[in-house]
Amino acid sequence: MKVTKIEALEKIANEIRIDIIKTVYNAGSGHPGGSLSCADILTVLYFNQMNINPQEPKAEGRDRFVLSKGHCCPALYSTLAKRGYFKEDILQTFRKIDSNLQGHPDMNKVPGVDMTTGSLGQGLSIANGMAISSKMDSMGYRVYCLLGDGEIQEGQVWEAAMTSSKYKLDNLCVIVDNNNLQIDGDIQSVKGLNKIEQKFESFGFNVISIDGNNIEQIIDGFDRAKMTKGMPTAIIAKTIKGKGVSFMENNVAWHGKAPKEDEYKLAISELEK
Amino acid sequence: MRLDKKIATRQSYGEAIKDLGKENENIIVLDADLSTATKTEIFAKEYPNRFFDMGISEQDMISTAAGFATCGKIPYASTFAVFAAGRAYDQIRNSVCYPNLNVKICATHAGITVGPDGATHQMLEDIAMMRTLPNLKVFSPSDDVQTRFIIKEISKINGPCYVRLARTATPVIYDENEQFELGKAKQIGKGEDGTIFATGVCVAEALKAKEILEKKGVFVRVVDIYTIKPIDKETIIRCAKETNKIITIEDHSIYGGLGSAICEVLSEEYPKKVTRLGINDTFGKSGNAEELMKYFKIDAEAIVKNFGM
Repeated sequence: MKVTKIEALEKIANEIRIDIIKTVYNAGSGHPGGSLSCADILTVLYFNQMNINPQEPKAEGRDRFVLSKGHCCPALYSTLAKRGYFKEDILQTFRKIDSNLQGHPDMNKVPGVDMTTGSLGQGLSIANGMAISSKMDSMGYRVYCLLGDGEIQEGQVWEAAMTSSKYKLDNLCVIVDNNNLQIDGDIQSVKGLNKIEQKFESFGFNVISIDGNNIEQIIDGFDRAKMTKGMPTAIIAKTIKGKGVSFMENNVAWHGKAPKEDEYKLAISELEK
Repeated sequence: MRLDKKIATRQSYGEAIKDLGKENENIIVLDADLSTATKTEIFAKEYPNRFFDMGISEQDMISTAAGFATCGKIPYASTFAVFAAGRAYDQIRNSVCYPNLNVKICATHAGITVGPDGATHQMLEDIAMMRTLPNLKVFSPSDDVQTRFIIKEISKINGPCYVRLARTATPVIYDENEQFELGKAKQIGKGEDGTIFATGVCVAEALKAKEILEKKGVFVRVVDIYTIKPIDKETIIRCAKETNKIITIEDHSIYGGLGSAICEVLSEEYPKKVTRLGINDTFGKSGNAEELMKYFKIDAEAIVKNFGM
């Protein structure tokens, strides 16, 4: 079920954004800002790029995805539900006592979640282990890892980046959701990342810069990553935190809180336009 | 008992993992630039394509091992205990134990018996930290034979394990054909004057103390607790019932380690006074292993004194 039409993918991404607002609203907590910023990236991965079969979520040869910024799981859960891994009505149990949809993703509870994440900075190392396994077993599967930009303040990310490069993991594609905001404010004021592209370049990555809210550019980025041999790829995706909801866009207050009823209605009405 | 021959359990690990590599091609080994010290170099020489030197990046090593485990590999990840359980604690917790992944953490250079490197390298808290983690099984072998058994046996468990190994050479306690079982303790002797619960490098000291005490007319038994978690409650309770004095001894902090684990069992099941020998709320220091065991009172002499002898 590969979706190739840009408009169709944009429509899916918009539906995922509606789900994000609904699930976070119903949960009464969660992380809408960073979930909205990466919705287009997840849409392209699961509906256009990855070699996966929702009927066989544990298939050995499947492509893998590690959501290193695990707090943005509302986007992942919605994507997986829309892709057919589980029923969409389960989404509204998010963060509830009897739900499998934990506040951060649990691989043992949710079909399609390839790795449990939540503590930032660990996903790229995990993705490396998967990508090396793919090569050792000549399986040919690709591994995708989505990092937050604030997340790359974690030193382990750079330990892992050296590993990706050492093992020439051309089956690995890292995406940095570069929305420029983290909980305590804008990234440059909290602890500046300076030149992200040059950082990854100097760590031995093929670096591709894109507009991470532009479906066409995202597809092109992943296509170019696939053609790169002998080195890992890092896609630096410039995104807008809170993308799609006017009052959440570029507003750090929406990193980790749920909308109130009036805010919820306004957000949904904007997305349903 | 063959107390005359000495081997460090890290050496036993290196040899055992090489043997295991031959039997099971899913076995891979990761190290963090310490393969000559942890002895994983023995595996690396035999199976270079299944050995991953992660450089001085312990956190990366543990999470990478977790990634391997999701793809069906059986990773054994090694570094010094202070850098595994300490530096990479969050990775062990969140990348390995919470998702219940099949990663074997084999941490060498535990305890003050690391010796001259001193306090920064002497891990005294790992049993305490590791045994609080759900899903993780914790092992602390006492000699060469037992280490080989544990390294092989844990490959058959689908889940995370932590194995605590020593730098210093210690006596070979058991015969080659000695039988062990994960989750069980090994009782040595039937003396009823006291029980010495010991683990790791302290088991040999407990056995020396047992011999000295016998000559003085005091008959004790030694219980080698090589599985810290799940702990063998049955043996602990039975020995507490059958003997008078209870002593625990470990190359680890008296907080949270073997002594605490024994007290947890007995306080709920069979309340009884327990004397804990271990490192008493202090950091270690440089010196050779033997000197340090004497200095910190975790040797045979300290046990004998505690029996008033």
